[in-house]
Amino acid sequence: MLAGPSRTIGGTDRRPWTFYALGALFFGYMVFLYGPMAAIYVLSFQGENGGVTFPMTGFSLVWFADIVKPGQMANVPDSFGRSMALAAIVSVITTVVAVAAGLAFRRPFPGSGAVFYLAVASLVMPSLLVGFGIGLGFRLFDWKASLFTSGLGAQLTWTLPFGVLAMFAVVNRFNRSWEEAATDLGASPWQRLRHVTLPILMPGIIGVAMGAFTLSYDEYARTTLTIGQKNTLPLEIYALISSATSPMLFAIGTVTTGLSFLIIGVTVTLILRMQRRRAAATLKVG
Amino acid sequence: MDTRFDVELIETTKRYGTTTAVDAISLRIPRASYCCLLGPSGCGKTTTLRMIAGHEAITEGDILIQGNNVSDLTPIERGTAMMFQSYALFPHLNCLDNVAFSLKMRGVNKAERHAKAREYLALVHMQDYAMRLPSQLSGGQQQRVALARSLITRPKVLLLDEPLSALDPFLRIKVREELKRLQRELGITFIHVTHSQDEAMAMADLMVVMEDGHIRQSGPPREVFERPVSPFIARFIGGHNVLPGANGKIAVRADRCRLGVAGDGPFVSGRVTAVEYQGTMVRVAMATDPGDEASALVPDGDFYARPVEPGDPAILTWSERDVHMLAEA
Repeated sequence: MLAGPSRTIGGTDRRPWTFYALGALFFGYMVFLYGPMAAIYVLSFQGENGGVTFPMTGFSLVWFADIVKPGQMANVPDSFGRSMALAAIVSVITTVVAVAAGLAFRRPFPGSGAVFYLAVASLVMPSLLVGFGIGLGFRLFDWKASLFTSGLGAQLTWTLPFGVLAMFAVVNRFNRSWEEAATDLGASPWQRLRHVTLPILMPGIIGVAMGAFTLSYDEYARTTLTIGQKNTLPLEIYALISSATSPMLFAIGTVTTGLSFLIIGVTVTLILRMQRRRAAATLKVG
Repeated sequence: MDTRFDVELIETTKRYGTTTAVDAISLRIPRASYCCLLGPSGCGKTTTLRMIAGHEAITEGDILIQGNNVSDLTPIERGTAMMFQSYALFPHLNCLDNVAFSLKMRGVNKAERHAKAREYLALVHMQDYAMRLPSQLSGGQQQRVALARSLITRPKVLLLDEPLSALDPFLRIKVREELKRLQRELGITFIHVTHSQDEAMAMADLMVVMEDGHIRQSGPPREVFERPVSPFIARFIGGHNVLPGANGKIAVRADRCRLGVAGDGPFVSGRVTAVEYQGTMVRVAMATDPGDEASALVPDGDFYARPVEPGDPAILTWSERDVHMLAEA
């Protein structure tokens, strides 16, 4: 008979105490990470007369209704719309530039080192100062600071280097001979990109796009000084916190979290369906 | 226009900066032959293959395929197809779409290209795996698909970069028989890069031994084995003892050497360093007194009649008619 895999030399299969110590540490970390969020989700269902702290005085959905109620000092739905629009544009621009840069940097070119450091340097710049500088620049030239000009630019200083770095990691796993094989089989440079390079890199590209989207969606420091008159959602929430607090803030948190999961779910479903359809299409012909 | 040759290299050179990877080599590969480019790593054999394929620009010289100068053409215009060492199957496409890829690039409609791809999958006995993704196949199966994908372009010359190196030894022998059979049936030239002299001798019609960016010897394997031109060739293709002779170096095949006593014939004395049982033969490795390494391949019956152990003194003998003079020092 063969010895089972759990059988160890020395005859003991008890775990060392360090296993339990590290396990406890990990559990503590998880509580620290998700506990506050859980508290917020629970408190967003606070009773009508309840406050921003425990205990719960009941269960209600009034705080969710408050979000969309007009006449409040903040306009959450509008700022949410602006945040989404800005994040979408930032995500598209970041992805296009990151893919191009990732493919270009596979081979060193004259000055590639300098270009690289210049591109990623803004990651280490103090974010508030970057925003301040852009705001000053717009004022200097008498341009109107707004969401899709100075705001967009300020956010790109953050998402672009991030996207480029992430894309480097994606491209690193790309086997160059796939492209050579495509050329060998008669693909033009465009066909090679369209039918081989991009499809193979697609999971990574989607990751970069979603990363850029989230970075933009909750960006605060750079945005606050460059946004002009109208707020994005994080700025709106911050304004709410500093003026009046109510469980409505928690309700916003719950809704945005739900929305994030929805976006992730839809994306994953789309990808899976795309793959299934591709497989089905080939089966039909066969 | 000379069309007796499928591939002609004319003073073909590849330089990277100041390093010369391939130094003005000239080679003519006759119609429908199986050509093996053989040599130690870094000898320029893969660079040569990639230049023929059009994946590496030629620094100087020309490459002709069936009489046409293809030096500035793309791979598909050259009529070559390459099978990559890692096979380079597209991981996001199933076998059928991998094989149909070149037809898709030419704009062939789906029904037609899939029908054609099935034909070529059948040629390599992979028709039952058409819907599988490459990651769901074994190395040997991936190789068949890669082969079908190359052959569907109907190349004049098929280029294979170390096609057997990723396979286990048992499969390797099976696949090399199959490659050779395919080459005969298709009647096109295969150029196969390898560092294994066994492989080259088993498969090649034309064996080209390279070293240091130069072609050191080319010819049918039997000619190269029987008449190696230099100590390098004799050592590299194996099975030879390179020993000092009266007028420079000589080569004697190890299977023509015997262990025995000094007599009228040529001999060298030394000490046994290793004994390897190889089934039908036993290889006895020796360090000769003049300081060379030599070995004798002795039939197992002879060996066990008079066995030796490492450390024993021994005398290596051979016959004068088995001596082959080597041209270079």
